[in-house]
Amino acid sequence: MTTTTVIAPPGAAPRPGRGQGQGGPRRVGGGLLDPRQLGRSLPAALRKLDPRTLWRNPVMLIVEVGAGFTTVLAVADPSVFGWLITVWLWLTVVFANLAEAVAEGRGKAQAAALRRTRTDTIARRLTGWSPGQAAPTAEEIAAGERVSVEEVPAPRLVRGDAVLVVAGETIPGDGDVVEGIASVDESAITGESAPVIRESGGDRSSVTGGTRVLSDRIVVRITQQPGESFIDRMIGLVEGADRRRTPNEIALNILLAALTVIFLLAVATLQPLAIFTKAQQPAIPDSAALTSHGITGIVLASLLVCLIPTTIGALLSAIGIAGMDRLVQRNVLAMSGRAVEAAGDVNTLLLDKTGTITFGNRQAREFLPVGGVDAALLADAAQLSSLADETPEGRSVVVFAKDHHGLRERSPGELRAATFVPFTAQTRMSGVDLVNPDAGTERAAGTESVGVGGAGGELRRQIRKGAASAVIAWVRQAGGTIPVELGEIVDGVSAAGGTPLVVGEITGAGSAAHARVLGVIQLADVVKSGMRERFDEMRRMGIRTVMITGDNPLTAKAIAQEAGVDDFLAEATPEDKLALIRAEQADGKLVAMTGDGTNDAPALAQADVGVAMNTGTSAAKEAGNMVDLDSDPTKLIEIVEIGKQLLITRGALTTFSIANDVAKYFAIIPAMFAGVYGGLDRLNIMRLATPESAILSAVIFNALVIVALIPLALRGVRYTPSSASALLSRNLSRYGLGGIIAPFVGIKIIDLLVQFIPGVG
Amino acid sequence: MSSSVAGVLAVALLVAALWVTYRPFGDYMYRVFTAKRHLRVERAIYRLTGVNPDAGQRWGVYARSVLAFSLVSVLLLYLLQRIQEHLPLNLGFDAVGPALAWNTAVSFMTNTNWQAYSGESTMGHTVQMTGLAVQNFVSAAVGIAVAIAVVRGFARRRSPVAEGGRGGPGGRGAGSRDDVVGAGDELGNFWVDLTRAVIRILLPVCVVVAIVLIAGGAIQNLHGNRVVSTLAGGHQTITGGPVASQEAIKEFGTNGGGFYNVNSAHPFENPTSWTNLFEIYLLLAVAFSLPRTFGRMVGDRRQGLAIVAVMAALALGSFAVNAAFQTAHHGTVPVAVGAATEGTETRFGVPDSALFASGTTLTSTGAVNSFHDSYTSLGGATLLFNMMLGEVAPGGTGSGLYGMLVLAVVTVFVAGLMIGRTPEYLGKKIGSREIKFASLYFLATPAIALLGTGIAMGLPGERAGMLNSGAHGLSEVLYAFTSAANNNGSAFGGITVNTTWYNTALGLAMLFGRLLPMLLVLGMAGSFARQHPVPATAGTLPTHRPQFAGMLGAIALIIVALTFFPALALGPLAEGIH
Repeated sequence: MTTTTVIAPPGAAPRPGRGQGQGGPRRVGGGLLDPRQLGRSLPAALRKLDPRTLWRNPVMLIVEVGAGFTTVLAVADPSVFGWLITVWLWLTVVFANLAEAVAEGRGKAQAAALRRTRTDTIARRLTGWSPGQAAPTAEEIAAGERVSVEEVPAPRLVRGDAVLVVAGETIPGDGDVVEGIASVDESAITGESAPVIRESGGDRSSVTGGTRVLSDRIVVRITQQPGESFIDRMIGLVEGADRRRTPNEIALNILLAALTVIFLLAVATLQPLAIFTKAQQPAIPDSAALTSHGITGIVLASLLVCLIPTTIGALLSAIGIAGMDRLVQRNVLAMSGRAVEAAGDVNTLLLDKTGTITFGNRQAREFLPVGGVDAALLADAAQLSSLADETPEGRSVVVFAKDHHGLRERSPGELRAATFVPFTAQTRMSGVDLVNPDAGTERAAGTESVGVGGAGGELRRQIRKGAASAVIAWVRQAGGTIPVELGEIVDGVSAAGGTPLVVGEITGAGSAAHARVLGVIQLADVVKSGMRERFDEMRRMGIRTVMITGDNPLTAKAIAQEAGVDDFLAEATPEDKLALIRAEQADGKLVAMTGDGTNDAPALAQADVGVAMNTGTSAAKEAGNMVDLDSDPTKLIEIVEIGKQLLITRGALTTFSIANDVAKYFAIIPAMFAGVYGGLDRLNIMRLATPESAILSAVIFNALVIVALIPLALRGVRYTPSSASALLSRNLSRYGLGGIIAPFVGIKIIDLLVQFIPGVG
Repeated sequence: MSSSVAGVLAVALLVAALWVTYRPFGDYMYRVFTAKRHLRVERAIYRLTGVNPDAGQRWGVYARSVLAFSLVSVLLLYLLQRIQEHLPLNLGFDAVGPALAWNTAVSFMTNTNWQAYSGESTMGHTVQMTGLAVQNFVSAAVGIAVAIAVVRGFARRRSPVAEGGRGGPGGRGAGSRDDVVGAGDELGNFWVDLTRAVIRILLPVCVVVAIVLIAGGAIQNLHGNRVVSTLAGGHQTITGGPVASQEAIKEFGTNGGGFYNVNSAHPFENPTSWTNLFEIYLLLAVAFSLPRTFGRMVGDRRQGLAIVAVMAALALGSFAVNAAFQTAHHGTVPVAVGAATEGTETRFGVPDSALFASGTTLTSTGAVNSFHDSYTSLGGATLLFNMMLGEVAPGGTGSGLYGMLVLAVVTVFVAGLMIGRTPEYLGKKIGSREIKFASLYFLATPAIALLGTGIAMGLPGERAGMLNSGAHGLSEVLYAFTSAANNNGSAFGGITVNTTWYNTALGLAMLFGRLLPMLLVLGMAGSFARQHPVPATAGTLPTHRPQFAGMLGAIALIIVALTFFPALALGPLAEGIH
């Protein structure tokens, strides 16, 4: 896993939640809500009161109409009660707008930081340059040789233009390196300060506009159209400018609209019933709620606003914006909200073995001595032969010798008269030649002596490690014999999915030389820690994990078992991947995958959720519907969790919102009608002080609960991977049952306060 | 044996009988609607009507067939009543007036059987037998047909996948489901479903039931009115007629339109306490067995069990509450006689009357053996509430099942969100199109009931029709429109409804209360039929467990309570809470 350090671009908002480790109880968190943020977002919230903006949110539009209606009534017939209700109805709308404004505000800070990187770059467009030629040098340009260069502003570049970028310059647009190699600072996009290498050809050719070339000179072929650059899209995304409603959000909106209509009807048809009721009992005096003209407009509007699902209606768009924002905070750019929702539904997850499930390189797993050689001796020889081997495999041998055999790591300089033999493709071995080895090395106690007097009184020892056939030939050549069990061990290691490295030595020199095989180092893929737990979680969530690898089936099976994935695809070609995705989709499953190479592009396009690595090619980034700026393939798992969290938050707040209505009825219905039918006062189970205080308390609670839930909407409901039933039980008891109880408590507390207001209590 | 012990025994017997017939009857209906072969008589009908019985219909065609059939039904029934004076066996009755004829035609076509007239003094035998009785059969059959079509929408797999035995909700019996429900987005053939429901289910059962009822003392003849001298020396007019045969389909098809004005309280319709219990069983039988058919058709019997469990829990709970209010009332008279006996038939007693009342309001039947107007206010409120549930526990023939399935879709939608997945029920995803149909469905009948009540209460002339003032009068109007919108047909009584305004308004309420939900639910089914099912995984919400069943019941209760609480507060609650 490429762990990322949090280094924000200059002036950028901090990006919390990045670089989360694996294992342990995880929480897809978001940023915290700063109270000052509320204040800063207030102007935007007030601007959103414009009905032309609000019509997109029918629930809140009805609240606004209700507030406008009570305003007229309060002006016409002023009363403390009327004005208080009016103020709180307006506050309800403002709070809802505030939720959206706060969610958008967080994105705006990031967008501002991004905009600063989009400087007015002047690009040097090449004409007459053709692929295959070297990048023109400064002298050539000055002399006007080979190519001509014209300077154009970056926004005027079109797809297909070739531009020259040299060290210190900003890349003017998204494209592919077609000539040269350069180190590029991509911190503007990824927040990652370490420069990356970009070179023509292969899978590391894509560059992003706004990043800076630190060294060398490259020719970039622009692949974007003006105004559609990566940064443009990123800005649009975090600002929520081109936010479209996702399918699920639309469906939920329909349900909320239906509920709103039902409550509208229930309230509207109550009026003739109330007029009739009042007319039947002329002796009962008019109250603030019920007169001979029926229920007063102020109370009717209050009842309606309390019943319609304002809580979820107010927070719905904030939840969506915050969900996208959480992805951006994790350095993932989703091209559509639809993809984020699809991520929550994924049935099958295709994961590349290398880099995702295992570390990129194989590591020493075991030392297997042969021919009665002591294990410690083998470990010592293995370590000595690897001291100067800076490959990850070589380092892993040293680490393994230290961890499992207690051998202190020695620096190459500690050994006197040691000559290190590097690996070459011809010898397929590496190792060390030692003169007088005992003098310089600490030998483990009890090891058999290998020092045999050499011809010149000099002790010589040569150690080699490498491919089995090479080391065997080397030992045989020096007159050594090969133990019979070596072949079996080598085959066994291969069969188990590992790579065998044979260690041999020659002691002495000339005719006295003694050659033998010491044993085998088993190199194997090392599954990252915590992967098995993650796959178990996936299984509980109903997601099948499939490991994709180019290894042979035997090796693939061994690693698949160790990692705990459900299935594997061995010797996979890009066509195999595509076929697998199609087969899964034919079964009605949703498939997610990551990829970076151009040959991944068809599969990325086919997958329901295709996450392209930012290091990957432009073709891959075009094909996928998300781009991971950290290029971390395990990010897919987090994306799935964010997708789920988005839906859970909506569902939880919908349930909470509807459950709230029960208590509001118990507050408002007795307040309206207990004057006419004394028995209905028994429904006033909260014992609210007066009808006015009861109705006001319900309205105030209804408004305040929106503010109270803004942090939850932005952060998302806590999600821990578990079975559907367990998850439902927990959320039902928390947001369903809690949604019934909370308003009883809240309204009572508010009533205890507002009853002291003259004209209410 | 005290009457409450008898009541408990009656309920136990009823539950046992329904439990025993749940499987065989449900399986039988499953075979009826999935069989490939047509009976000879059915083939004759198809030839006569020019129907190709093997052609499938998409939802739009299916819905148009339902509409066309309904329109023809209303017209025929209207015509029959309007020309009654020229018909044989008219017992000397005149033609029925236009408003009443419209109301009655709609009422019987919609399976409501709201009766703004007295059967024995308005309708002759020809209208009863060729009009009303025929509609009793076919309106019940239409309900069953639509329910089966909706279930096919869930069971349908769009493209026949050749892998066999793989996938499918529950993974059980999926291999054979293509044969059973076919592939493609068709919902079956309305004319075939209608014909089979009548010929293979309703007719045979009703023949047997009629004979059993005759054995129990119900009458079956073609006599007209007979004036007899009573023992006390007075004269009484006794109306005879084909009562037992009408009674059979009246209960079994959840129709409820009585031959006599007092309906099942009349000794010729419901002679003894065992026929009373038998009739209650009949009106519950189809609706409680259809979930089994549903479970079989979607290839997972547990889904049917979950649905029937919710229906049963709601029904038993409602009955228990109703019986409690009826037997434990604090009024002076009820305390003196031990229960609220007013308006009940002494042959049946309070518990059996409460059982009948609960059964008839829970099933959209509307037959009565006691007077709901005379129930205690909270007892009456439970009957109102039963209808407000949307007739889903267990509801009318067919309509109960599809109503409950719509609620299940809404429940799955909310529950699915809470587990972080695009909600899916029986492998079908619930997107915006499906939720649109489901939302409009559960919006339709409450809207009709509330608007009707609101308008009636707002018109001074209509308020004058109420015989009671205050909260009780309000309850009567609320009950009338709730009954009509939900196609129940029972009346609280106490208002004069045979006026042009009420006949027209209630007729419209019945018409829209029947056809709007049917069209919407067929639309939803059509949308589901087009989908290829998503395989169930550990992340799929199981919809056969008590957890889901409990949530489904709770959502049904809460939505209804929230919708009608204000109206109920000014009606029965105002009256009942002291």
